[in-house]
Amino acid sequence: MSEMPLLQVKNLHTSFFTDAGEVKAVNGISYNLDAGKVLGIVGESGSGKSVSAYSVLRILTDTGRVTEGEVLFKGENILEYTEAQMQKFRGSRISIIFQDPMTCLNPTFSIGSQLREAIQIHTDRNKEEVQARALEMLQLVGVNEPEKRLKQYPHELSGGMRQRVMIAMALACEPDILIADEPTTALDVTIQAQILELMQDLQKKMGMAIIMITHDLGVIADMCDEIIVMYGGKVCERGTADEIFYNPRHEYTKGLIRSIPRISEKHERLVPISGSPVDLLNLPKGCAFASRCDRAMKICLEQPPEEVVVNDFHIAACWNNVKQMMEEAKDGENA
Amino acid sequence: MSEQKHLVDVRGLKEYFSVGSGVLNKLELKAVDDVSFTIDEGETLGLVGESGCGKTTVGRTLLYLYKPTAGEVYFDGRLVTEKNVSEFRKDMQIVFQDPYSSLNPRMTVSDIIGEPLDIHKLYSTKKERAERIAELLTLVGLNSEHANRYAHEFSGGQRQRIGIARALAVNPRFIVCDEPVSALDVSIQAQIINTFEDLQQKLGIAYLFIAHDLLVVQHMSKRIAVMYLGRIVEIGPAKDIIESPIHPYTESLISAIPMPDPETARHKHRIILEGDVPSPLHMPKGCPFRTRCRYATKECEESRPELREIAPERFVACHHR
Repeated sequence: MSEMPLLQVKNLHTSFFTDAGEVKAVNGISYNLDAGKVLGIVGESGSGKSVSAYSVLRILTDTGRVTEGEVLFKGENILEYTEAQMQKFRGSRISIIFQDPMTCLNPTFSIGSQLREAIQIHTDRNKEEVQARALEMLQLVGVNEPEKRLKQYPHELSGGMRQRVMIAMALACEPDILIADEPTTALDVTIQAQILELMQDLQKKMGMAIIMITHDLGVIADMCDEIIVMYGGKVCERGTADEIFYNPRHEYTKGLIRSIPRISEKHERLVPISGSPVDLLNLPKGCAFASRCDRAMKICLEQPPEEVVVNDFHIAACWNNVKQMMEEAKDGENA
Repeated sequence: MSEQKHLVDVRGLKEYFSVGSGVLNKLELKAVDDVSFTIDEGETLGLVGESGCGKTTVGRTLLYLYKPTAGEVYFDGRLVTEKNVSEFRKDMQIVFQDPYSSLNPRMTVSDIIGEPLDIHKLYSTKKERAERIAELLTLVGLNSEHANRYAHEFSGGQRQRIGIARALAVNPRFIVCDEPVSALDVSIQAQIINTFEDLQQKLGIAYLFIAHDLLVVQHMSKRIAVMYLGRIVEIGPAKDIIESPIHPYTESLISAIPMPDPETARHKHRIILEGDVPSPLHMPKGCPFRTRCRYATKECEESRPELREIAPERFVACHHR
């Protein structure tokens, strides 16, 4: 047996209980994250990628609840923590940065006071040490004129700068895991490149693991060791970046990859996925993707697919893989 | 050059907004500063740049949705002015970025698509109007049963199709597509891109395709114009711009695209630009890009580089190229 993974998510289910009914946002996802690795979770709006991460940190809105499953951090189930324990846990062990730094920073407090607060909560440093650490963090994330910035307010900074401040706050207590929820979606391409470069840099320096949540396959390809593709609150497939991009084994992943324009010699027509995303209020009985899938079989409509091991680095939940394996086994027998 | 007849010919377009209040605080925001380009019949010109570079303003000003501060727009050889612009409305249309705010929630789909038909009196009987609406819905991949529903009943991609049908209602020859797929998910984005391509092939419409996503723009366009702080810094055939960018800004912009391919990503060298885009209210003197440019010299500070043709069909505004 290998060492215990840093984070184990087991059969996690999360629902939102709304007036319209139960919205099943996450429907049984499982994954492991090892220390120092970058895990990408990719999917479209409503795929449950963000909710799965919020469930881990227990920062769901009032109507949301984890209905089943376990989240083990170094072997301890953090879903059983009290709220007080959880407050200690967030920020110091696992922290998070969001898509829109403007809504996450308090507009009425200076950058310095927000940064100092984040440090104070989790450490017993004295005032000078806290101030020094705040300054050090701003320097680390490449904010120019850090002394001046500490006195400024969020509105005085650009979007890229604000995201750097968010990263500084998230990393101030040296967490083991950083969850990045669409950290560059609101930013321009050149600023996005700066932030991605910074995250890679900090990851090397500080050695934390990252869970990168994004809809952008480019960002995923750039950053991640391992990738989870989500659809309708479920894991379609999970594998190393190379496996997912060069050997996709779920029709949804294949469709996503065919949908992105590429730079190529001759003009190739895109192959979109037909139809529209699944309704989380009325999840189908079988595979969530079946209604949009070209290769859907009868069983796909009736029974949700089980996760099948493709190889050591790759797991996929699609009935077509099972079919293929059975056919191969049959051929083997006949031969 | 000038003998050739272009469908759209924009010359020296400027759009300045005055911001701030009072006499003393008045500042001039040069959103678009001396922009010229042409688009041929049935052609797509891509317009890229980061937020605040003025790409949306170019699209709106050339349609006279804003009154240009200076410059001329010729459509099919005729000068468009504030007085005669209504004559051109039938030929020039726009599709907006946000499929939520650009459709009136109190109107049904048939009202929305029918409105341009009403305004331009493009039917003689009620039956004809309904038929035309059904035809337009089919053209953009919806079906005629959708006509009596309201916009909120549709998903983002379907709403964008409604927006496209509205633009198509008057049989335009040219459409400004202002970030039409930015708000959509990847799988839906591909559907809409294909719809735009099909329509162009079927109806021969020319597009000004404005977007910040370079992968989408290079896929759609024959030529690409790159904007920075209100000016075009480079313009040329799409393939050349992507494969061998010349302007330092284009160069870093293209190196910054996250490639959806792990192998490319591993071997790619990103040219990281320092700092942020300067405020257009306090534009740097000389070349607007010099504050972030690694090749900047004294010359760049002193004079503003003009667009020069440095290879056939390729124009670049840089002192050092």
